[in-house]
Amino acid sequence: MKFENYMILEFPSKSANEAFARSAVACFASQLDPTLEELGDIRTAVSEAVTNCIVHAYPDDLGIISLRCRILKDNTLDIVVKDKGVGIENLEQARRPMFTTGGAERSGMGFTIMESFMTTFSVTSSPGKGTSVHMRRKLQRRR
Amino acid sequence: MKLTSFLQDGKLTIALTGEIDHHCAKAYIQSLSAKIEAYNPRICVLDFQDVSFMDSSGIAVVINTLRNMTRIEGSLVLTGLSDQPMKVFRASGIDKLVEIKEAV
Repeated sequence: MKFENYMILEFPSKSANEAFARSAVACFASQLDPTLEELGDIRTAVSEAVTNCIVHAYPDDLGIISLRCRILKDNTLDIVVKDKGVGIENLEQARRPMFTTGGAERSGMGFTIMESFMTTFSVTSSPGKGTSVHMRRKLQRRR
Repeated sequence: MKLTSFLQDGKLTIALTGEIDHHCAKAYIQSLSAKIEAYNPRICVLDFQDVSFMDSSGIAVVINTLRNMTRIEGSLVLTGLSDQPMKVFRASGIDKLVEIKEAV
């Protein structure tokens, strides 16, 4: 096994699940003894990824969001957030800061925040098939 | 979503509470703009002291409030920010558009 531990969650794209998802990941990550700042960064990035699925992947009805979290051997948290929604036509445009198709309630900062708060970040998408966000955060060893 | 507000000498202070995410952002945006419309303040202070978490939805809340205050030629101040929301504001550059005060 290349990883120490893992968990998989699946839930419908209801906005009430944003808080659930980020809290679940934070609980899982707590076994790595993260600092408050690291935990805050992880919660924020997960919240952004899950919100994107809810707002953009499934704009008209509910769909399934799957979240996989692994703890890698080098004290790294590996997170994949996946949907089977509409996909993103233009990834370059979607990743641009302040770009949004979500209206006045959105800021267009989701991808920028995931990118700057995590150690690595990548997104793959096929229009009509879905989107997958993969991010990792290497945690300081405090023990 | 829960907020309390008070008005004194044209200064409207609104205390936000809990976690600000997409789930509650719309309700926040609507009640903040209703309060600004009702009281027409010179200054609006958003107090984040009791906000335990905020993602980029909070940026949209602040941008909408800034827009409302600019429309009535008033100003917006943010206060009481803990590290996590502050980091989100810094990542967005909003700290350059809005005055951020350490305490009320």
